[in-house]
Amino acid sequence: MCLSIPSKVVKIDKEKATAVVDTMGVQREVGIDFIENEVKIGDYVLIHIGFAMNIISEEEALASIETYKEILALMDKEERQKAILEGDRCDGGGSA
Amino acid sequence: MNLTLKNLYDDFRDPKTIRALAELIHQESEGLERPVNIMEVCGGHTHTIMKYGLKQLLPEKIRFIHGPGCPVCIMPKERIDHAYILARQPDVILVTLGDMIKVPGSRGSLQQARSEGADVRFVYSPLDALKIARENPGKSVIFFAIGFETTTPMTAALIRRAEDLGVKNLLYHINHVTVPEVMRELIDSRDEHIDSYNNRIDAFIGPSHVSVIAGAKIYREFPERYGRPVVVSGFEPVDVMEGVLMLVRQFTQGRRELEIQYKRSVTMEGNLAAQRQIDEVFEKRGLFKWRGLGNIPHSALKLLEAYAHLDAEKVYAEILPVEEIEDHKLCICGDILRGMAEPTECQVFGTACTPSKPLGSCMVSSEGACAAYYKYGDLLK
Ligand code: SF4
Ligand code: SF4
Repeated sequence: MCLSIPSKVVKIDKEKATAVVDTMGVQREVGIDFIENEVKIGDYVLIHIGFAMNIISEEEALASIETYKEILALMDKEERQKAILEGDRCDGGGSA
Repeated sequence: MNLTLKNLYDDFRDPKTIRALAELIHQESEGLERPVNIMEVCGGHTHTIMKYGLKQLLPEKIRFIHGPGCPVCIMPKERIDHAYILARQPDVILVTLGDMIKVPGSRGSLQQARSEGADVRFVYSPLDALKIARENPGKSVIFFAIGFETTTPMTAALIRRAEDLGVKNLLYHINHVTVPEVMRELIDSRDEHIDSYNNRIDAFIGPSHVSVIAGAKIYREFPERYGRPVVVSGFEPVDVMEGVLMLVRQFTQGRRELEIQYKRSVTMEGNLAAQRQIDEVFEKRGLFKWRGLGNIPHSALKLLEAYAHLDAEKVYAEILPVEEIEDHKLCICGDILRGMAEPTECQVFGTACTPSKPLGSCMVSSEGACAAYYKYGDLLK
């Protein structure tokens, strides 16, 4: 969670308690069990091991996305994909 | 190839801000009457402290005690053996988070079990376990659940979802541990071992991610009952330094409080929906053994009785041993975790015990104190 890239919510399925989020161009399905009542399409959320944990302000999200863009620009496609998906793990190397 | 976000992100951890904070801490520390020993509870913080050489930037009066670290390092061999044994059952698929791959039990690691033909799958998200269970209706899928308060609600959500979908072949081996109980144990056991007022845990830095879920409130008792301030901090070096400054200020101003440094996502209350889901499926265990520290009361969770039929520990009770396995005789992890010794004081540090062949828990995952000293040791010279 320490280093999670903000992801934008593009689709919500309340029935399944999931959302499709876009993390800098990479889309995936995540659980929204813990923010179900608040989350809206267009919100920015932080993901931890496959679940959206909290909603953050757009301003904050865009600022950190800018930072990540510069970093990701230095990577090739495969690395980028991996970095984005693993970005929601802890800095110490674990995810627990 | 192995370039990850983390390596590159380093450039953005502004050294100027870190140094400015160090300067403020130096100034503020002049008002301290005696040294302050700060325990960082989570290995993520230990990692940051060692990696960025924060120790060297601080005045001598500020000392770090490296706490229990990570749910991965403190997992006793007995529990890893359970995972190993379960994985080797016919018709079982064992699913766990990637961190567990290399951790050795007394019989071997899960990686070894896999190379011996067991079906072990390492996943990013607990929800993948649900997918695997649905794709393999003929097998028992066992989710080996690990983690502090950070990952507990995800396991709870997994259990609820499987139930809603009528998935019957997904079982759980629960190893979720909780932070405040081990902090309490460390204060009590240290006070027992050492009376010197100058050599005890004076304050804590709490990990932000735990409190995103559980709230900062879980630490209230430490300032109130034990007179130990707590600051909940983020994991970047700037966050840790700011957390230290906040603690030092408390001491110079004669306050003992619970404060939040990482206000961006941590609140006093935490995520109530997540807390509710945890309470719906889990209850406290009487005792749980932490590798290096021994049995700590109420420091872990187990499934409620209503879920006994999904509890792999109960379903497979006959094949899962309960005997305790001793830690290696030479290992002084317990003392390190209590702040009574430094990793370099261990006789086998860096010789018989290295990250690729760890003898004790502190060397197991990269968050352990011994592993961090091993990796960033050059900075200490
Ligand atoms: S995985 Fe990282 S954040 Fe989680 S407990 Fe271990 S060190 Fe801390
Ligand atoms: S170096 Fe190894 S054996 Fe020594 S205390 Fe650390 S983990 Fe234990």
